[in-house]
Amino acid sequence: MFSLLCTGVCNLLIANLLLVEFLHMGTHDLHPHVVDHRQELKHILLFGFCYEDVVYSLPLFSHSSILYPVLVHTQQLPYRKGLTNSARKIDMAIENEQPAVGLSKVAVSETHGEDSPYFAGWKAYDENPYDESSNQSGVIQMGLAENQVSFDLLEKYLEEHSEASSWGIGAPGFRENALFQDYHGLKSFRQAMANFMEQIRGGRAKFDPDRIVLTAGATAANELLTFILADPGDALLVPTPYYPGLDRDLRWRTGVKIVPIHCDSSNNFQVTPEALEAAYECAESMNLKVRGVLITNPSNPLGATIQRSVLEEILDFVTRKNIHLVSDEIYSGSTFSSSEFISIAEILEAHDYKNSERVHIVYSLSKDLGLPGFRVGTIYSYNDKVVTTARRMSSFTLISSQTQHLLACMLSNKEFTENYIKTNRESLRKRYEMIIKGLKNAGIECLKGNAGLFCWMNLSPLLEESTREGELALWKVILNEVRLNISPGSSCHCSEPGWFRVCFANMSEQTLEVALERIHKLMEQRKSKET
Amino acid sequence: MTQTRFSRTRTPEPEKEQARGGGGAAMRVIVPLQGVVQGRGGLILGSIIPCALFYFLQFYLKRHRNDQDDQNESNSPGQNQGTRSPSSGQLTELPGLTRNLSRALLSPRSPSGPVSVSGRVSGIVKAADSPYYAGLRRVKEDQYDELGNPNGVIQLGLAENKLSLDLVKNWLAENAREAILGNGKELSISGIATYQPFDGLMEFKVAVAGFMAQVMEKAVSFNPSQIVLTAGATPAIEILSFCLADAGNAFLVPTPYYPGFDRDVKWRTGVEIIHVPCRSADNFNLSITALDIAFNQAKKRGLKVRGIIISNPSNPVGNLLSRETLYNLLDFAREKNIHIVSNEILAGCTHGNEEFVSMAEIVDLEDVDRKRVHLVYGLSKDLSLPGFRVGVIYSFNEEVLAAAKKLTRFSSISAPTQRLLISMLSDTKFVQTFITINRERLHRMYVQFVEGLKKLGIECIKSSGGFYCWADMSGLISSYSEKGELELWDKLLNIAKVNVTPGSCCHCIEPGWFRFCFATLTEKDIPVVMERIQKVSETCKLNR
Repeated sequence: MFSLLCTGVCNLLIANLLLVEFLHMGTHDLHPHVVDHRQELKHILLFGFCYEDVVYSLPLFSHSSILYPVLVHTQQLPYRKGLTNSARKIDMAIENEQPAVGLSKVAVSETHGEDSPYFAGWKAYDENPYDESSNQSGVIQMGLAENQVSFDLLEKYLEEHSEASSWGIGAPGFRENALFQDYHGLKSFRQAMANFMEQIRGGRAKFDPDRIVLTAGATAANELLTFILADPGDALLVPTPYYPGLDRDLRWRTGVKIVPIHCDSSNNFQVTPEALEAAYECAESMNLKVRGVLITNPSNPLGATIQRSVLEEILDFVTRKNIHLVSDEIYSGSTFSSSEFISIAEILEAHDYKNSERVHIVYSLSKDLGLPGFRVGTIYSYNDKVVTTARRMSSFTLISSQTQHLLACMLSNKEFTENYIKTNRESLRKRYEMIIKGLKNAGIECLKGNAGLFCWMNLSPLLEESTREGELALWKVILNEVRLNISPGSSCHCSEPGWFRVCFANMSEQTLEVALERIHKLMEQRKSKET
Repeated sequence: MTQTRFSRTRTPEPEKEQARGGGGAAMRVIVPLQGVVQGRGGLILGSIIPCALFYFLQFYLKRHRNDQDDQNESNSPGQNQGTRSPSSGQLTELPGLTRNLSRALLSPRSPSGPVSVSGRVSGIVKAADSPYYAGLRRVKEDQYDELGNPNGVIQLGLAENKLSLDLVKNWLAENAREAILGNGKELSISGIATYQPFDGLMEFKVAVAGFMAQVMEKAVSFNPSQIVLTAGATPAIEILSFCLADAGNAFLVPTPYYPGFDRDVKWRTGVEIIHVPCRSADNFNLSITALDIAFNQAKKRGLKVRGIIISNPSNPVGNLLSRETLYNLLDFAREKNIHIVSNEILAGCTHGNEEFVSMAEIVDLEDVDRKRVHLVYGLSKDLSLPGFRVGVIYSFNEEVLAAAKKLTRFSSISAPTQRLLISMLSDTKFVQTFITINRERLHRMYVQFVEGLKKLGIECIKSSGGFYCWADMSGLISSYSEKGELELWDKLLNIAKVNVTPGSCCHCIEPGWFRFCFATLTEKDIPVVMERIQKVSETCKLNR
């Protein structure tokens, strides 16, 4: 209660009127102390304040020199009778704001961060979506990291393998599957996931199916790990620019803070030991307890993998500080060439799993297999306690047994997975080269990328002023006039203005060409304006 | 103390937050009496002087209190330094833990130990030791099978319904593939592979709304736009808990209640549960008086009560809340200005003649107070598909729906499963047959099971919903206490080899009550179960 009282002098209002009235109330509504001392209280000065229908008050000059907190419900006070005119006015004001039943801070806060331009652009797209035949002037969605380049492979598989999607009569284990709600997940599916993750890493790392925890998407996996690794008010260090959704995933319900590790274009946005150290110190100066570092490798939004030496430095840093390392590797299979991606798992293997209990990997099938609608994510942790707790906590975010069954069938088929991974990498590289070339023709440079479903485009020469505002002004032009929804760097907390993330895998080649044409036209206009 | 600590750790900027006052209802200008009575001079003096004095007083108190806190912290052994915030131990405290355990014992690490994890971890590790979870694990290791493992443990502890699975299976065998992939002839993956709305496909919401109305025998109609879908009822309850209460606030929950609530409502949210005891003398029906007492006690403890959570039909007792009780409940919530969460996940599993009344029906008639009412539903029980993870939040509060929709990012249902269920639920003929047959089978099993127990001299509370009976075995326990109850539970598990749920796991205040889930059995299992229970009950009677 005192914390309420201490919220500052502005909150301190005299409640004499109410308190004098309460002296006439029935005894059952009052605190026992107040009832006992009612006669005393009548003659002394009372004051307090009103907070959410409850009056908190202290008698100041009590004869017994003891302070009694008084709690009275305003609704129960018969204070309406016999008031002066001015008091009646105020009384009416109170009437008018009849309190609605309250919600929590989680429900009313804006920590979910979904009001940023990143999400605003999606709304613009939803209102006027581009369609090749029916709405050619619509907005083209380039803000959604979705992989549709390999759908044909998935469809072919499902066509040829009906056992995955059907539950034929006599299908073994229907009973078990329909009822299956064990948070361990289907053994066959975990095994298939482990194999798939190994395959993506070219067999350079091993994964134990018993360490795989299944969640409904990587979003949930990241949140779950944050719940487990940090308490409310603690901090995680995240290199910028980072995926805008992390603001929601890591902070919203957990009460954890993100402290940025600032990276810039001078070294292609790679993390440096100095930047790590600076972020740690920054957190400490804010009195935040740092519980870990979260990296995305390959990076979203950069579309580039992290080099081995940088991974070593980061691992060294977290070991020195005795904190956790979360490596979000959901784009690992979307690296254009298998050899260019180095997983933290490989680094650990090289170190003989020394210090591995602080490392946790997040993976998902949304990007690499292009199945975000299936909502499949995993946590792979080298820490037994984290595995056990994450399993229990995954009760809040389980995957339907039907979906597990389907994917277990699909991923256990080695022929399919091998072909899929290879073809998917090639298709993505082709797309990437297409967009880079198109942008180059328009006179736009991108960060050199080697992974992901997007490129990191530098439009800083086009900014009228080199600030966040300048960047957002340009973003608005591109959204409303050029009609492309791309994500501004500031929504990814990039410290340099003028960078944009452009997604290229969620559309057909034709649509991509239309988009490139539109950009080309914009650049032409700008050039002619200048000359 | 506890409350203020919570608010300090959870909200880093309490000053700002409090000043904004959680939605406008906070601070109000109240005219100083002096001002009204004595005119202008009195107004100024009457306000400023006491204000100033009071401010200093509070300042003094605050400083004083902080000193005490610091002392407490330095008194506790030094292992806490560098571990985690001091409140975390309390934050995760579950009923299995006694309050006087020091943080030292709960601390997950020694000073030089490995990298630390959050305070939430230690709480749940302890909770998993409760007989409820221990029994489930035991069954998993050694499950009864008529032919393969006739000496194994029989599962009577899991609220699962296998009685009508054959119906679902037949439907799926005929329709599954078409339902997932086909909109017509062509197989297509684009409708399920890409990102879909996280709170569920609109078509699926329409189908679920229809199913809910069908289950409740058309007494209510449900508006699909008030539905938010989640991956099971577990996250549905947690999301509501996150939306309706802050860490350190509390919900009133009538006991005995479903053991999973401790996890769903409390674990990650930091919200507390205040038990509202129901007694055998009232057939475990909820009394408003008990609610009122619990509410006032919570207030005395400094806890802010944000709502009531009820289960109707109740789990573990299986009784229904009467229309009158529901009206009284709504009156109570209105008077206290709190929320009602009505968990109606078993609405389709009612059997017998008693009338089931949904909270939605009550609210439909009384428009004024809709905003405080939220329903939880799911397909795990009523369609016996827990593996498909479909939960429902049905709320009359726009803000709650908006927040819940955003929160479903963390627990949404896979799109192929949604497609499959859209087809299944749209097949109204199948659904109607399923509901009818399922009810008949449940009732038949219930009657036989209760009859069997009665022959052993064990009486059950009359139940009209769910897969359980709530049996009084207090005559068999050696001492009338939780200890006696758990001894009997242990005998049942290890000698009789049946896993049942002891009432203490459901926070029942009277010892000797047990929950028997019968819907995982077949009719011919019943004599086996009774025989096994009889063995234990006879030795118990002899020993007394």
